[in-house]
Amino acid sequence: MDKIVIKTDNLTKRFGDFIAVDTITFDVKEGEIFGFLGANGAGKTTAMRMLCGLSIPSSGEASIGGFDVYREREKIKKNIGYMSQKFSLYEDLTVAENIRFFGGIYGLDSQNLKIKSQEMIQSLGLESQKNKLVASLPLGWKQKLAFSVSIIHEPKIVFLDEPTGGVDPVTRRQFWDLIYTASERGITIFVTTHYMDEAEYCNRISMMVDGKIKAMDSPANLKSQFSAESMDEVFFELARGAQRKAD
Amino acid sequence: MSNLKFLLQKEFKQIFRNKSLLPLIFVMPIIQLLVMPLAADYEIKNINISIVDHDKSPYSRLLISKITSSGYFKLSDYGESFKAAYDQIEKDKSDLILEIPVDFEKNLVRENSETLFIAVNAINGTKANLGGAYLQQIIGEFNAEVLLQWISPTRYNPSPQIDVASSNWFNPTMNYRFFMVPGILVFLVTMVGAYMCSLNIVKEKEVGTIEQINVTPIKKHEFILGKLIPFWVIGIVVFSIGLFFVARLIYGIVPVGSILLLYGFLAIYLIALLGVGLLISTYSETQQQAMSVAFFVMMIFLLMSGLFTPIESMPTWAKTIAEFNPVTYFIEVMRMVILKGSGFMDVTKHFKIMAAFALFFNTWAILNYRKTS
Repeated sequence: MDKIVIKTDNLTKRFGDFIAVDTITFDVKEGEIFGFLGANGAGKTTAMRMLCGLSIPSSGEASIGGFDVYREREKIKKNIGYMSQKFSLYEDLTVAENIRFFGGIYGLDSQNLKIKSQEMIQSLGLESQKNKLVASLPLGWKQKLAFSVSIIHEPKIVFLDEPTGGVDPVTRRQFWDLIYTASERGITIFVTTHYMDEAEYCNRISMMVDGKIKAMDSPANLKSQFSAESMDEVFFELARGAQRKAD
Repeated sequence: MSNLKFLLQKEFKQIFRNKSLLPLIFVMPIIQLLVMPLAADYEIKNINISIVDHDKSPYSRLLISKITSSGYFKLSDYGESFKAAYDQIEKDKSDLILEIPVDFEKNLVRENSETLFIAVNAINGTKANLGGAYLQQIIGEFNAEVLLQWISPTRYNPSPQIDVASSNWFNPTMNYRFFMVPGILVFLVTMVGAYMCSLNIVKEKEVGTIEQINVTPIKKHEFILGKLIPFWVIGIVVFSIGLFFVARLIYGIVPVGSILLLYGFLAIYLIALLGVGLLISTYSETQQQAMSVAFFVMMIFLLMSGLFTPIESMPTWAKTIAEFNPVTYFIEVMRMVILKGSGFMDVTKHFKIMAAFALFFNTWAILNYRKTS
């Protein structure tokens, strides 16, 4: 049996009267690419923040890589990577400096750091840009760099919050190549997206509506379950019933 | 602790790469230190005086020349009509009117007494007060001279007189700059420290990078130290530039007391101050908010610190505020050590209070800084 790396049980987050995430229960297996879908405001980011230890759940259980989200947040942080919706590298540092900084704080020794950073710059094709400020890179490259940096410490799981927002289709394709490469190395990918073509790339997806998980299966199974041609139709079918207004 | 190394490297790189921040940190304090002490001078000169002289006697002229040669007054109007002089006040061309009555000389000689009339434009209270006081002093001196001329000591003993000889300790020439420069230096270090520190942290919130930091294994205290240490160093550098280059070379102020003592106090003061900056940043979401709050806090800190107005003359409630203001203590220590040469024993109380401030603000800030929500 595959090892389970993310496990949640009735995980809930309330902000006052508002229930942002409502009793969600799911498992993610090691090495899986798990798509976390839902309309804007459905509660995806809040759920993800809980899983990353950025936000404390109101109730329910969750463990990430075997660590509890209430008691072992610091251990979780050593074992995950995270790429937030907002671009989160330092724009006023160069490519090489960003790699060095994040590698350093994840505890890579200087030897390792040098090798890693060279490897990364090479595989991203950024040799000529490595001493340029990140601010001067095109968005697509920034996103690819941010992803590579988020897995610099070879985490067990990486959380990607809409990593390809605002990026052109070619770059998105390249971005997914990076995700596949990481997945092949055994890193579990937990990704939110609005692009339904990207949903197709996932091994399994869950659909979140109004804070609840309405459906969860492989893309193929979901399509046949809703007798839909594409993931777009599945999304419309499920999201139509949403009460919350998109923000 | 290796995390701290990486954080500090990053922080210094970012600060030194910021083309708008760097001049603000290093050039602005020097310019301010050059300009402000020259302007913030309480010694009032060039008080415009209108003199209405109805007497036009040798004595009245003697008095007038005594007044104009004192260096404090500028004769803006001389005439015989009080109304014309009053017009000058209304037009704001004159600050004071001195009216010398008819028969000033005659009455002074014959009846040994005469009354002069002084009218003061009290819109600028400080100027009016000081102007009135200077004028009375000059008239008093004039009076004493006249007395000596007319009452010959041989006839009978002169009335006993008290002659006050005063000496200004610790600032013998009453050079106002000696008093202001150390205070303004505190003001600058305070501005640079608290502003820069709070803005820097809030910027990470605004851009979103703090989120990325929060998912890393960086400990809360490491992040905070990584933010405080650079600004602590910058504060010390700014202070040194001010003390050694501007104060010493330009104003010729050489601390009488121990420089080590000053730096010791500065070190603790900066910790307290950066704690305030950190605290502001934990309550703000945007740089604009942080800026506004920091501005408010700094205004109170500076105006209630005894930098411009003596604390002793504040009302009781204001004194209480000043007592809870870290800036007050640093300004006191600066003036005590630089001008008076006070030693550690004299400022032990200040050290203790400042250490308490440092502990208080930083504990509050750290408790309020959350990696999780």
